Amino acid sequence: MEIVRVEGLTFTYSGFDTPAISDINLSIEEGEFVLLLGPSGCGKSTLCRCLNGLIPHFYAGKMEGRVLVAGMDVSKTPTYVLSQYVGMVFQNPENQLFSLTVENDVAFALENLGMPRDEIRRRVDFALKAVGIEDLRKRSPFELSGGQQQKVAIASILALMPKIMVFDEPTSSLDPVSAKSIIETIFKVKKELGTSVVVAEHRVELLADKVDRVIVMQKGRIVKDGRPREVFVSEEMIPYGVPVPKVVSMAKGVNRHFKVFNEIPLSSEEFEQGIRRFIHDKVR
Amino acid sequence: MIKFDNVTYVYPTGVKALNSVSVEIGRGELVALMGENGAGKTTFIKHLNGLLKPTSGNVYVDGKDTKTLSVAQLSRIVGVVFQNADDMFFLPTVEEEVAFSLRNLGFSEDVVQRRVDWSLKFMELEEYRNRSPFLLSGGEKKRLALAIILAWNPQVIAMDEPTVGQDSMQKEKLKEMIKQLNLQGRTVIISTHDVEFVAELKPRVILMSKGRIIADGKAEFILTDGELLSSCSILMPQVAATMSRLADLGFNAKVISVEEAVRNIVEGLRGLEHTRRA
Repeated sequence: MEIVRVEGLTFTYSGFDTPAISDINLSIEEGEFVLLLGPSGCGKSTLCRCLNGLIPHFYAGKMEGRVLVAGMDVSKTPTYVLSQYVGMVFQNPENQLFSLTVENDVAFALENLGMPRDEIRRRVDFALKAVGIEDLRKRSPFELSGGQQQKVAIASILALMPKIMVFDEPTSSLDPVSAKSIIETIFKVKKELGTSVVVAEHRVELLADKVDRVIVMQKGRIVKDGRPREVFVSEEMIPYGVPVPKVVSMAKGVNRHFKVFNEIPLSSEEFEQGIRRFIHDKVR
Repeated sequence: MIKFDNVTYVYPTGVKALNSVSVEIGRGELVALMGENGAGKTTFIKHLNGLLKPTSGNVYVDGKDTKTLSVAQLSRIVGVVFQNADDMFFLPTVEEEVAFSLRNLGFSEDVVQRRVDWSLKFMELEEYRNRSPFLLSGGEKKRLALAIILAWNPQVIAMDEPTVGQDSMQKEKLKEMIKQLNLQGRTVIISTHDVEFVAELKPRVILMSKGRIIADGKAEFILTDGELLSSCSILMPQVAATMSRLADLGFNAKVISVEEAVRNIVEGLRGLEHTRRA
């Protein structure tokens, strides 16, 4: 089932002459995991904002085309309704947290929607468990590490049980171990709940083998949209400055001398398997 | 050039951010300070230009104890670029930002102009000369912050988390600039937990955790020690992580660059071919 449909979307922030995104056409299926790549200023954040209604509800500007989420036209749907379908997590988790305890933060949006107490309790438990931070429920969000804070932000979105979750550079302020743990959390949630996920992120090493699809943007337009292997292997992506996982470059380098990889690996594990299989076949 | 002698720093809140740190950094060295968030990297950098003075112990810059020098005096020797470049801008144009501190340091107007020109050119910001710093992109702001520091030509350049928020092209550019500054003889110190960036730069790595230095050595050694890295929330770069999985087959696990890894694997496979033929 299609969960997001973007048709001929162009958006120009007020005060600017050139559009931040131009003529975007896009369809995202339920359960799809999409990685959004492109240099800073290419329009990734703007596109993310269009998916959850921040554009046009909070950012002034000129919008053409339309965005449908779960069949609803985003520009005609109030954001409190949209928030139950699209959840968004930003770069800096601290900006998204404000309550005295983690539990309250996760419950906040649910209370605002006027949900019954039992339902709120059930959903808070569910969200904390899904993200793996049940032990933090009574803590203050502000005494947590950046990685833990980001998990609280994810849990508070998850509690709304959205159909699609949008992440705008969720790991950029985190250390590598926390970043890996956030990406794994997102992947786990996506797998277990079937939520669609869109992530704008530069750390391709952590994501290449997990996403279903990679969309590359450049100067406000989509210049490539395909399976990760196809996008990362493609030579035409080099001038766009698309970051390529190191294993891809390693495999291409090795393949120039020995035809080890029929399929270019996207993770250390896949690389290892390729080498072992090759040696095994040769020795035999 | 830089010497930390048993330096401990305790913030007024009671947090011990540096704990008995002793280290020497020579003139012209390229150093990456790595460690988890809160390991003490930023506190370390703030000691280089005297923004912080040790609670106990001493920091020497170019042989002088930082306790005897003001931030202004130290800044001539050590230029520091902080993580939030935005915080330092306050003038209407890029050009004026760069000229400001030069005038403050008392350079004559023709020297100021020459240095502004050189510095903007080096950082590829000439076209933005008359633009407001606030209209620059994140990456450009970072370059402007560096241009401001470069203009007065400090011997030591320290950068706190220079790659945060930078895309791959900007990182590539930054890497080239760091290399070039270092080749020109400057001492360059960066704090970062961007392992892939460090793996490409191949500096000396000083690994910090909880206010202490827990390891110090070549990038090839530090970044291939998974256990050591994970003790301070850092992961091996992907090349090293991949090679370490193949160590039992006789491949070299102490490799951090794509080129070396490819060479090593290809040589290994050739060797295998030979033994099979023989």
